[in-house]
Amino acid sequence: MIELLDVHKRFGEQIVLDGVDFTVQEGETVALLGESGTGKSVLLKHINGLLHPDSGNIVVDGKDVPSLKRKELSTLRSKIGYVFQNGALFDSMSVFENIRFGLSDLTQYNDKAYCRTRVPECLGLVNLEPDVAKKFPAELSGGMRKRVGIARAIAGQPKYLLYDEPTSGLDPLNADIIDNLVTHLADALGVTSVMVTHDVRGAFRVADRIALLTKGKIALQGTQKEFLESEDQRVQAFLERDFEDTSYAA
Amino acid sequence: MTSLLLRFPHAIGRGLLGTFDHVGRVSLLVAESVRALGQVRTWLPLTLREAYNVGAGSLFIVILVSGFAGAVTALQAGYQFTGNIPYYVVGSLVVESVVLELGPVLTGLILAGRIGARYAAELGTMRVTEQIDALESLGRSPASYLVIPRVLAGLIMVPVLVVIADLIGVVSGWWFARQALPLTDADFAYGARAFWHTFDAYYSLIKAFFFAGSITIIPCYMGFMTQQGAEGVGKATTAAVVMSSVMILLLDTLLAQILLH
Repeated sequence: MIELLDVHKRFGEQIVLDGVDFTVQEGETVALLGESGTGKSVLLKHINGLLHPDSGNIVVDGKDVPSLKRKELSTLRSKIGYVFQNGALFDSMSVFENIRFGLSDLTQYNDKAYCRTRVPECLGLVNLEPDVAKKFPAELSGGMRKRVGIARAIAGQPKYLLYDEPTSGLDPLNADIIDNLVTHLADALGVTSVMVTHDVRGAFRVADRIALLTKGKIALQGTQKEFLESEDQRVQAFLERDFEDTSYAA
Repeated sequence: MTSLLLRFPHAIGRGLLGTFDHVGRVSLLVAESVRALGQVRTWLPLTLREAYNVGAGSLFIVILVSGFAGAVTALQAGYQFTGNIPYYVVGSLVVESVVLELGPVLTGLILAGRIGARYAAELGTMRVTEQIDALESLGRSPASYLVIPRVLAGLIMVPVLVVIADLIGVVSGWWFARQALPLTDADFAYGARAFWHTFDAYYSLIKAFFFAGSITIIPCYMGFMTQQGAEGVGKATTAAVVMSSVMILLLDTLLAQILLH
């Protein structure tokens, strides 16, 4: 379970998180919606301890993240797969090495036979051919890079998966592939997932519950039905904008 | 007028706070790196690879610059020694200038540009593309993967390059002095020995060691602190080269004051 209670974070004068309460139950997929620059990625980085809150509690897997010592945090991170917005693949390493790097258990990481099996397995889970392993990140398309990023995140068989804008910058077809992948991984691996996105359509397709972050606070966190029926103006404004886009596209 | 008077101490205060902030963050990075020294299996192979890159990659430019520095020192000394100063003093001047100052300082400044810029740009790009965050999120220590190999490679290879620069500078100065001046090998060797102290060689190495710290730690720090995309990487790289070079000149003065007096 992931739980954020009254989390505050500011960078200089700019208040980014202003008392965020956010909960994700075991096995659940929650989409975190919000406009660009509202602090969605900042919130996500608090969950695996990449950022520390100014105040508030962050509890992941029963552990209070900000108070964890180095080794405890490292152990917790081995249970959390993090998919970065642009993949964040290591340029100097091949796809094989990148995915192998996702094996947080050093015994597995150093076991070459295991790596030779596990890496193609992870590539298969994200619908990529085994021969992609030989390539370098610079040789991959945007969509492939994101999928390799996901393969790296799942290599260590995490309990939690955090996706930071997995579909941003992708064409609708590739975005659909990633959305389907998120659903498939949640079902196949039984992971608890948080997906940060500004794509309302994708969020509705993938998530069990949806949360909307605006002006440093969670405006609403609920099921798709609750979200659609909400009379909160911030929620309605966000949904209307997407409906307009959809009708325009149609 | 009052606002101008207030602005001045305000600017000084802000500058001081900024300096303390940098010093504190560099100290944290160093402490983090010292803590990660136990992960030998991680940093050792990376250090060897980096040491090869620093050493082999910088050898040509170091030889070139030190060769010219030795030659120019000899030629200019010969040009000025037209009075009563005996020519063998050229030997003293070349050896002492090259070993005490030109070898380590020129090598340091060249490497600040060559190595420092590369480190800052590499780590800065890794920062803005979230590769450093990715390392952390995968439970790995960025210090053991990125900082220790670079700093150790510098600490090992910069003194080696300085020794090579010293040798090349002296040999080049010797050769040019012989070509341009009525000076024999025995004269040059006599002059070289006349003011030589064994400590001079150690002094050169001590300087190289300190310069290596500036050339590696400052750019690594600047790379880690990079923000705001490509522009940020450019700024961090420039700042890293400038700060490393200034630090080399400051250390040069400081070490001369401490060790030679």
